[in-house]
Amino acid sequence: MKYILMMNGSKSNFEAYAKWSKEDLQRNTAFMRAFSKELKDSGVFVAAEGLAFPDRAKLVRADSDGEPITDGVFPESKEFLAGYWIVDVESAEQAYRIAARASMAPGPGETRGTMPIEVREVLSGAPKDLL
Amino acid sequence: MIGLPLDTPIEILLRELTPQVLGAVIRRFHDFSSAEDAVQEALIAAVGQWARDGVPANPRGWLIQVACRRMTDHIRSESARRRRENQMLAEKPHVVEPSTTDAAQEEEYDTLVLLFMCCHPALTPASAIALTLRAVGGLTTAEIAHAFLVPEATMAQRISRAKQTIKSSGIPFQLPTAEERAQRQRAVLHVLYLIFNEGYTSSGGADLRRADLSMEAIRLMRIVHSLQPHDPEVAGLLVLMLLTDARRLARTNEAGELVSLMQQDRSRWDAQQIAEGIALLSRTLPQGAVGPYQLQAAIAAVHDEAAKAEDTDWPQILALYELLKRMSDNPMVSLNYAIAAAMVNGPTKGLELVDALEADTRLADHHRLDAVRAHLLELAGDHMAAIRHYRAAAGKTGNLPERNYLLTQAARLSNEPQK
Repeated sequence: MKYILMMNGSKSNFEAYAKWSKEDLQRNTAFMRAFSKELKDSGVFVAAEGLAFPDRAKLVRADSDGEPITDGVFPESKEFLAGYWIVDVESAEQAYRIAARASMAPGPGETRGTMPIEVREVLSGAPKDLL
Repeated sequence: MIGLPLDTPIEILLRELTPQVLGAVIRRFHDFSSAEDAVQEALIAAVGQWARDGVPANPRGWLIQVACRRMTDHIRSESARRRRENQMLAEKPHVVEPSTTDAAQEEEYDTLVLLFMCCHPALTPASAIALTLRAVGGLTTAEIAHAFLVPEATMAQRISRAKQTIKSSGIPFQLPTAEERAQRQRAVLHVLYLIFNEGYTSSGGADLRRADLSMEAIRLMRIVHSLQPHDPEVAGLLVLMLLTDARRLARTNEAGELVSLMQQDRSRWDAQQIAEGIALLSRTLPQGAVGPYQLQAAIAAVHDEAAKAEDTDWPQILALYELLKRMSDNPMVSLNYAIAAAMVNGPTKGLELVDALEADTRLADHHRLDAVRAHLLELAGDHMAAIRHYRAAAGKTGNLPERNYLLTQAARLSNEPQK
């Protein structure tokens, strides 16, 4: 079963992150690199990506000619996706354990992270026979 | 390469020979992990060379020779490394020679031992599946990775960890003891069942490559059956696979939507495969020792024997589920029993049984509970409640085509005037 583990943050979370000290950033980056290697070594890694800051994120719709209309004014409270991992595991519990590890990514000032990780199942192919 | 219709004769031959060659190399070098790598290299060499120069007179001997040469090279570089590190490890040979000198019997023995090894209970299901497909099925890591939709590096890591587990647990290269045999056999059948399901539960179109996993599971299951023709549960699982897979084409319509068993166009079922399955089942059931796979095969046979959905012999299916329920404490079996009971004794009886399952924590939050309830409520004529439960089931399932199916059922009832 595949699960996606998502890190979300508000604009103010991203702004605070951008002001971390060099040491804090290095600790966090080292953790993320080690975490990614852990997933690969244990044979559960499917994919992972980090996303650009939401500063220039746009909402796009089509106008009557199908041309894009972009909109970029978001309410302060909106949560943005910061990055994600997709893992292939035996159970939801195993996905939660991995998410808990991700949640411990070090925060500023040598604190242990408490970032919530949203875990969702990735839909798979067809099920067994239906009656 | 995975996918039998696309396979060349060379690939088919290589897959057949894989477990025999691997067994022979392990017998000589007592090292499963390295032997497995060496055989993979020999297989890859054969694909290129045989296509160019033709298949050698003794293909099995050719492969064993190439793999052994790789093993020797590997051991040479290994021992050089060890000398440098100044540590000599005494390798304990974990091998017991078969009690026969007959070459054909030796090949069979090797294949069976390999299968027991790859499906060892010390491995997680995902690892056992990957290792079985590679070591016994002769698929490459890339093919297995494609079939399971994970990166090749992840699958390589999974296989390498599985081999490490086998190495460190010191599992000897021999058949399990008589006491262990039944439990180990169950593990083997379970792994093959999971491989079949992984393929069968994926839909057509872009997922065709995954559907071929079912064919691979049937191919491996035929080998297991030919090695143990008198084990009725082995035959039972082979029949279950044949009879289930026979309905493959009818499971989806032109739009790629799922079609339930009762709605399927039965002229699209594979009549030849059904006949083969039923013939084997008829030879197997009288042997006694009826187990869960034979019962599930018998249920599949009752469905497959009905020319029209309304001809289905539900009392017989109910009786078979009753037996299965006594044999295994599985809530999914109880849920299917409730459906059969509803078909025989009316939806109210079925709903009572579903109510009783509500307390089972193993089913808590499982979409099948809501889906079955919705189906029975619809049969009972309570469309509003059925719609609610179809939608609840759609919210819980992890399968995209099933979610679409359940939402479509809810939408269909919403458009109908209330009876």
